[in-house]
Amino acid sequence: MAVVSSSGQRLGNRVAIAAVVVITIIFLLPIYWIGSTAFKPRNLATTAPPTIVFQPEISPFVKLFTKRVQLKPNEKIDVANAPWWEQMIFAGGERISRTGKGEIQLSGYPDRFINSLIVAITSTVLAVGMGTITAYGFSRFKVKGEADLLFFILSTRMLPPIVVAIPMFLMYRAAGLNDSHLGLIILYTAFNVSFAVWLMKGFIDEIPREYEEAALVDGYTRLEAFRKIVLPEAATGIAATAVFCFITAWNEYAFALILTNKKAQTAPPFIPSQIGSGLPDWTVIAAGTFLFLLPVAIFTFLLRNHLLRGMSFGAIRK
Amino acid sequence: MTIRNVFVIPTVLFLIVFNVFPLLYSLGYSFTDFRASTKDPANFIGLKNYTDLLSDPFIWRNFTITAHYVMVSVVGQVIVGFGLALLLNRQMPFKGLLTTLLLLPMMLSMAVVGLFWKLLYDPNFGIINYVLGLGRFEWLADPDFALYAVALTDIWMWSPFVMLLSLAGLSAVPKHLYEAAAIDRAGRFYTFFRITLPLVAPILLIAIIFRTMEAFKTFDLAYVMTSQPTTEVVSIRLYKMAFQEWQTGKSCALAYIVLIMVLCITNVYVKYLNKAKER
Repeated sequence: MAVVSSSGQRLGNRVAIAAVVVITIIFLLPIYWIGSTAFKPRNLATTAPPTIVFQPEISPFVKLFTKRVQLKPNEKIDVANAPWWEQMIFAGGERISRTGKGEIQLSGYPDRFINSLIVAITSTVLAVGMGTITAYGFSRFKVKGEADLLFFILSTRMLPPIVVAIPMFLMYRAAGLNDSHLGLIILYTAFNVSFAVWLMKGFIDEIPREYEEAALVDGYTRLEAFRKIVLPEAATGIAATAVFCFITAWNEYAFALILTNKKAQTAPPFIPSQIGSGLPDWTVIAAGTFLFLLPVAIFTFLLRNHLLRGMSFGAIRK
Repeated sequence: MTIRNVFVIPTVLFLIVFNVFPLLYSLGYSFTDFRASTKDPANFIGLKNYTDLLSDPFIWRNFTITAHYVMVSVVGQVIVGFGLALLLNRQMPFKGLLTTLLLLPMMLSMAVVGLFWKLLYDPNFGIINYVLGLGRFEWLADPDFALYAVALTDIWMWSPFVMLLSLAGLSAVPKHLYEAAAIDRAGRFYTFFRITLPLVAPILLIAIIFRTMEAFKTFDLAYVMTSQPTTEVVSIRLYKMAFQEWQTGKSCALAYIVLIMVLCITNVYVKYLNKAKER
């Protein structure tokens, strides 16, 4: 870029690079901290000053998935014959609670995690499916009032969730959809479909029309051309859009807080509700948070070349 | 029905049923004294909810708090995000990796981020007070400071977004302009204010409008992090009015006031998005 690279400029470059590295470390510190707390023994999670070096253990994850009770002072336990993960619980002065038949009782976390998976995956499939078809329509045909329709589609996503949640709550209550997977799936699909239309329109606009026109000349119907020519060409775009929709649904909090409370509750309203009363066990909360954030972190890496496009609704493409 | 309608109409109908219809439904309720917690029928009371809300000093306080929050967090995000973009806009080793790592916070769930920042902010065992040597500074328990603490978390989460868009703007500045400026022996400040800034401004503006809109709607972070009256932004007031005090009719009216404000900002936003697309 520079015509002459002076020594002053090179020094400036080095300072900038050092600054970026330092700032990146500062930015990642909160995420590192929650990750490291998830592997701490309970008594080291809330020390003053904070414990930085420690022997990592996975007992927080065992606790995350199980329901536990305090050991009574004179309770006899068979430590030697217990599996390794149960021994970790004994070491903390607790035992795993069991049903009358001796089956292990699970905590509320696994169900919430599975609810999140069901709702996020189903709504993503629906939103991306509908979005791709609609985007194709907008991209290839002259639709009457196209600009207005596209604005309408986008504006539905811009509303504050609580504004939409009030009538949805009343309607779902009347329809018996409160605290159901279907209720959340419909809502997240509606929320994501607008995004999918905008993003997919950009991807489909980039596929040359000539491909399909050639296919149409060869006797393909419009739907066949869409299925056999456009869809394979748009595969990358569809994948990127799907990941964005999944992350949005996975992370959503306000609707889930209002429209679910037990049966269909997802992880985002559940995780913060754990610190309601008494002294919270931060290692367990951190373990739950860690598992919940992990898929998003992986997806962010897979998506890194499409982040700009997705975050700007497809407006900026480089 | 032509083939084009097959592609477009189902989605539009779906959105009308699940987005427009609920809003019309709540528009109706906004003129009544309906309470969803009782079985009493809704009575039509005209514009009373709207006049009550607009003359209520407490509601204005919620709007003031929101405006304050929007300003602090958006200004913070622009400074940090644009600054980072300027630093990153050069050749450096591991640039792609560093950029991706910096973008991680904005992809996370706001509610969960709010929760674990409570641990970071804890006055006794929080890592932030320890690293900064602040002793037992009360980030979230101090009513005057809590809003800034929430805004700081928001800045951490969303500066990367401003950075991402600014980087796109910076990399699109034609290199020959800088070369010409160097030949003319233009100073650094001159080059920055006369070449860089004007050319990045349109994209930066998109980032600012988008973040303003999102910050205006904010609910998750503040709701999870604190329960101070000084951090009660409009969305939280709306939530409490609707689902804790069960003033359903009145909350529908407030929702409409908020809705109109958001639509105004969205309109401006879409205008700039379309402009950016044309370039």
